[in-house]
Amino acid sequence: MPKITYIENSGKSHTIEVANGLSVMEGAVQNDISGIDADCGGGMACATCHVYVKEEWLDKLPKKEDGEEDMLDMAYEPKQNSRLSCQILVSDELEGLTVSIPLKQG
Amino acid sequence: MNKTDVLIIGAGPTGLFCAHQLGLIGLNCEIVDNLDKVGGQCIELYPDKPIYDIPAVPECTGEELTNNLIKQIKPFNIKFHLNERVEELKKIEKKWLIKTNKGTEFEASSIIIAAGVGSFEPRKFSIKEIEKYEGKQILYSIKDKKIFKDKIVTIFGGGDSALDWAIELSNTSKVVLVHRREDFRGMQASIDKVNQLKEEDKIEIYTKCQLDSVKGEDKIESINVKYDDENIKEIKTDYILGFFGLIMKLGPITEWGLNLDKKTIPVNTENFETNKEGIFAIGDICLYPGKLKLILSGFHEGALAARGCFKYAKPDEKYRFEFTTSSKTVKNRLGVKE
Repeated sequence: MPKITYIENSGKSHTIEVANGLSVMEGAVQNDISGIDADCGGGMACATCHVYVKEEWLDKLPKKEDGEEDMLDMAYEPKQNSRLSCQILVSDELEGLTVSIPLKQG
Repeated sequence: MNKTDVLIIGAGPTGLFCAHQLGLIGLNCEIVDNLDKVGGQCIELYPDKPIYDIPAVPECTGEELTNNLIKQIKPFNIKFHLNERVEELKKIEKKWLIKTNKGTEFEASSIIIAAGVGSFEPRKFSIKEIEKYEGKQILYSIKDKKIFKDKIVTIFGGGDSALDWAIELSNTSKVVLVHRREDFRGMQASIDKVNQLKEEDKIEIYTKCQLDSVKGEDKIESINVKYDDENIKEIKTDYILGFFGLIMKLGPITEWGLNLDKKTIPVNTENFETNKEGIFAIGDICLYPGKLKLILSGFHEGALAARGCFKYAKPDEKYRFEFTTSSKTVKNRLGVKE
């Protein structure tokens, strides 16, 4: 299973094996990583699973679908490397992906 | 004081259908919701998105589902209290006393919390130092647009609220529109109108930048916005409006002495009662083994919670199970003519 690294705002880092096919959001929620709220449950209807993706990974991720950028308008401190973690599906290609969690969601 | 058998918190699909179930078994209820309209997440987050997993409804939008539920509960003349958030609960003898942020009071024998992920509230700017200006020069909604006449108003956001207010206020104010990226996500007609007003020098637009800081002593006189490339631009302004949509917050629910598991309330699956006698939780906010956050689960939970309320509302009567197809009493309650 690919290893995904989640870095909390405090700097605390968690490296976790997440099964292929789950989203990066689900990987966090199932492993009780704090800071990813996912209020809408992955429906791209809120922006509370917002993460910053480490620069070198930006181009390797599946492209944003319609609507993700719109929801990111509502995220807490969106940046160039912002993504909604519910929209990133884990696959072998994402082995080593690192995402940082914002200070808060919303 | 509003007296009712049951107070439902939340006017989403789960709360609405639960009101129907209460009506069928002869209990009355009133519903409080912090949004300005009925429908909860269905109407606020995805009114136009099709839903495919409502039993016996192959496809409907959030708005259609809401309208159908409103139609279904019409026979019961349910009273809604919108734009209000329940703040306090107190148990006095066998009744719950409930108070909202607007001061409305209720006396009910049970409370059903169908609050989803909490009440919708505006998302705010992320800068801590500006809190003291919120509600004065920094606003997230508009109550009286006259205060902006002949003033400079800087609007942040890229959706319909930001665009609509930019267009509207440009008639009487100097409007500056700021958005974090070049694309606006509102209706095309509004985007075209804003661009046209920009050509006519009636609206100034800055994109790829966000609020960085505010300047002024007691009052804000100007703000700095920071571009993606770190450049700073100063903008003189009298008011700052932020339209970043709504976020859901549990709010006062956390202070009522209910057991909580993250943002959910554990319940039993017999009648969806919480650890507090007479307080039930249904829909996305409740938690039990196997819980699915589906609208159809909320309907089931509401049907059982409604029956759970019966013994508190009518302690001297015995609840009798009846079908809508055959019971005269139930048909009478529905106003059905035989």
